[in-house]
Amino acid sequence: MEHFLTEVLADHYNYWAYIALMMIGLYAMIAKNNLVKKIIGMNIFQTAIILFYVSIGFKKNATIPILDAHGAHGHEVVAHAVDYINPLPHVLMLTAIVVSVATLGVALALVLKIYREHGTLEEDDILNQLSE
Amino acid sequence: MRILGLLSCALLGALLIAIAADFPEWGDAHSPASEHLSPYFIEHTMEDTSVPNIVTSVLADYRGYDTMFETIVVFCAGIACFFLLGSYACAEPEERFYRSVETGVVLRFTGDARPRPDSPCFERIDPRWTPRDIIISMVGRIMVPFIQIYALYVVAHGHHSPGGGFQGGVILGAAFILLALSSNLRTMTRCIDHKVLGVLSALGVMIYAGVGVTCMVMGSNFLDYAALHTILGVSPVAARSLGILFVEVGVAMTVMATMVVIYNNVASAGRYEEGL
Amino acid sequence: MLSQQYPALILVAPLLVSFVVFMAGWSGRRGVAWPLSMVALAVTTLSAGALLVQVVLHGPLSYRLGNWPPPMGIEYYVDHLNALVLLLIAVVALGNLLANRAAIARDYPGKEPVFCTLYLLAVAGHMGIVVTGDAFNLYVLLEITALSGYSLLAMGNRRAPLATLRYLFMGTVGASFYLLGVGYLYIMTGSLNMLDLARLIPVVAGSPAITAAFVMIMAGAFVKMAFFPLHAWLPGAYSNAGNAASSLIAPLTTKVMVYVMIRLMLTVFGTDFAWSTPGLNQTMVWLAVAAMVVGALYALSQRDLKKMLTFIIVSEVGYMVGGAWLGNRLGMTGSILHIVNDAMMTFVVFLAAGSMLYRTGSGRFESLQGLFAKMPFTMGAFVIAGLSMIGVPPTCGFFSKWYLVLGGIQAGHWGFVAALILSSLINVVLFFRIFEIALFEPFAEDGGHGHGPAATAIAEAPAGMVATLLAAAAGLIILGLFTGDIVNLVINLAIPANLI
Repeated sequence: MEHFLTEVLADHYNYWAYIALMMIGLYAMIAKNNLVKKIIGMNIFQTAIILFYVSIGFKKNATIPILDAHGAHGHEVVAHAVDYINPLPHVLMLTAIVVSVATLGVALALVLKIYREHGTLEEDDILNQLSE
Repeated sequence: MRILGLLSCALLGALLIAIAADFPEWGDAHSPASEHLSPYFIEHTMEDTSVPNIVTSVLADYRGYDTMFETIVVFCAGIACFFLLGSYACAEPEERFYRSVETGVVLRFTGDARPRPDSPCFERIDPRWTPRDIIISMVGRIMVPFIQIYALYVVAHGHHSPGGGFQGGVILGAAFILLALSSNLRTMTRCIDHKVLGVLSALGVMIYAGVGVTCMVMGSNFLDYAALHTILGVSPVAARSLGILFVEVGVAMTVMATMVVIYNNVASAGRYEEGL
Repeated sequence: MLSQQYPALILVAPLLVSFVVFMAGWSGRRGVAWPLSMVALAVTTLSAGALLVQVVLHGPLSYRLGNWPPPMGIEYYVDHLNALVLLLIAVVALGNLLANRAAIARDYPGKEPVFCTLYLLAVAGHMGIVVTGDAFNLYVLLEITALSGYSLLAMGNRRAPLATLRYLFMGTVGASFYLLGVGYLYIMTGSLNMLDLARLIPVVAGSPAITAAFVMIMAGAFVKMAFFPLHAWLPGAYSNAGNAASSLIAPLTTKVMVYVMIRLMLTVFGTDFAWSTPGLNQTMVWLAVAAMVVGALYALSQRDLKKMLTFIIVSEVGYMVGGAWLGNRLGMTGSILHIVNDAMMTFVVFLAAGSMLYRTGSGRFESLQGLFAKMPFTMGAFVIAGLSMIGVPPTCGFFSKWYLVLGGIQAGHWGFVAALILSSLINVVLFFRIFEIALFEPFAEDGGHGHGPAATAIAEAPAGMVATLLAAAAGLIILGLFTGDIVNLVINLAIPANLI
């Protein structure tokens, strides 16, 4: 039990957090009937993955990845990699956030089209209408 | 279906948690991810690109190709909303209401009839939407220029502080959306027209791709900013820094235009009359 | 100088022209959209052809974007597998745009520039997925392909928006699982470049995280290629779309995802790792058998032409996945050859269906009566494509099935061979049913004059469509005749030499 709390949980709780969020988002996408709720679930799902990536880059006692260029020009700044958190996951996740927003925009446009056509946003009502 | 979904999610979650025990520790400075690629970025960004913000230099230079496609994703979302919902011509609604400012008399126009354009005696009203509150619209109008200046600051200072094209572009787009929310969609459309927005969104990505093609024309590979140093008349390292700035400006343009286009189309369901 | 820039030119041409076309649409010059797009796709096709010739003559080549050495920067790694699929995508996209000029003008009046922009972006996305050598770059291009695909597919009949929204949900889950898999690989190895990962994965291969990464990436690819049982989104999304859009996306998207699966299996993870789990190969081939059978049976029950064709796609994906997971060189050859052949066959079949729908307006079997007389060229091309799907020599479909059967026999997987033969037989029933309906005129309503020459006037599709159909149908036969060259010069070199 102590091993579990100190070794496993204390050092890996960031991964537990992202897994919990991801499963909440996935459950919302599967189980909810309203289309907008499904879209929100999709957004939570994607945000969980963003959280995972960003947590990869964290280093204890390190600062943000912006070099201190005060009073230094170019080559006089010496940077040690252990002092700065990993910038690469942040870069990748900028892309992922943008992609998730773009997908959200297209999904909302589609939902508007569906609403214009069917007058409702509940999936089972729409399927009933389509099967008539 | 719900029970099945709940069970499968719980099972998948438990499996992933079990696998996560294998990952490096939280905050480990010597994990493979921190030892392989990123030390190069952190230690060499100043001598390669002279940009202190490592995230910006990786985003716009080392992995600038990804960022170009990211901008194209944003552009694509804007086009998609336009393609699905909107149209080139902004159709006027069937009946339009104008209220005389002095007497309060409301006139109804149908078909093509309209009062003299920009006549100060009449104001346009919409019976289906709540009238705008004067406090909110005035405060919104005062705030917009400050937000825009801050957005331009964020774009320009992406090299030295957290910021860059995407962040600045979103703030700039938010300024226009604030105008639309606090006043009127038509007020915002009078400030920045649909056609201008469409052209701007494509122009921004074209700047990005154009910088890359210029590098190709100068004999180097796509998006190799150092090849621009002969045109710009600076050292190759400074040319990289300037190249990053150019593409960030392009990105900000596209992101701003796309945010506003998405808002226009989704909020008004493509009819561009009045939204939210 | 130019000859070294082909990998970049392939993508830059459609991208730049798509932006120009979009801006031209806003400034009122709508007529310039189609010609400019054709020019861009012609440049792309020529570059892809030149690239294939370069790779065949000189071996795999690498292109550094931003001139940063990999793994710091993003690299394009073009080998035989890539170059072949690139040329395929370019040819299909070019042919499709050539054929559909009238259909685009009719289905999307006034919005042709926007359609052409999305079309070019979709083509650029597909090509980018194939040519890239960086795992995260693949994700971004996957999303471009997906977003432009969603918008193209959503403008169809009244069922299209909901079907596309369901495709959006499943596609996003698939792409997110792919991203998560790449994240697991990154956290364990620290790299994103495909060749670098291939070097680093064997070091940490014992870890369950790498296995989880493999499973997640494969799951993401399976969702996006509509592999049974994750295929539920495909029939609705493809059959309700407009014809010009569906005849671009149906031949290409699933095949590009099969390419992604093969690339990850062969290059990144390596066959030693991918096939190391006991029983995994067997399971995958049995799932592929299920895909083939289920797809074929569902196709039998359809009364609408396009819906039937989409279920045939599900079945064909089963061929390719099964062939790749058989575990021998013959099966892998058959799978890669089937990517090329199936894309061409699906292209001809969907284009022919689009041509039929252009004239008759409805895809239900009843409205296809008498089409052999009214649209002889379209039906001729459809017959050749149908024979290719059944697997009749000398069309290309026969040869890829031949390799798959040989691979199945060598692996001792008789269920796979039986499923191949069964699905060919069901294809015979499917296609000959349509041939029969199209061969005979409906009974005339006004007293027996229906079989006179006036009632069988030829009402063919527009000239561009007919010309492309005939060229593509001829291409099916040419591909079949040149199978030996394709296999020996290209595909054999795409598969690692240690695979027997």
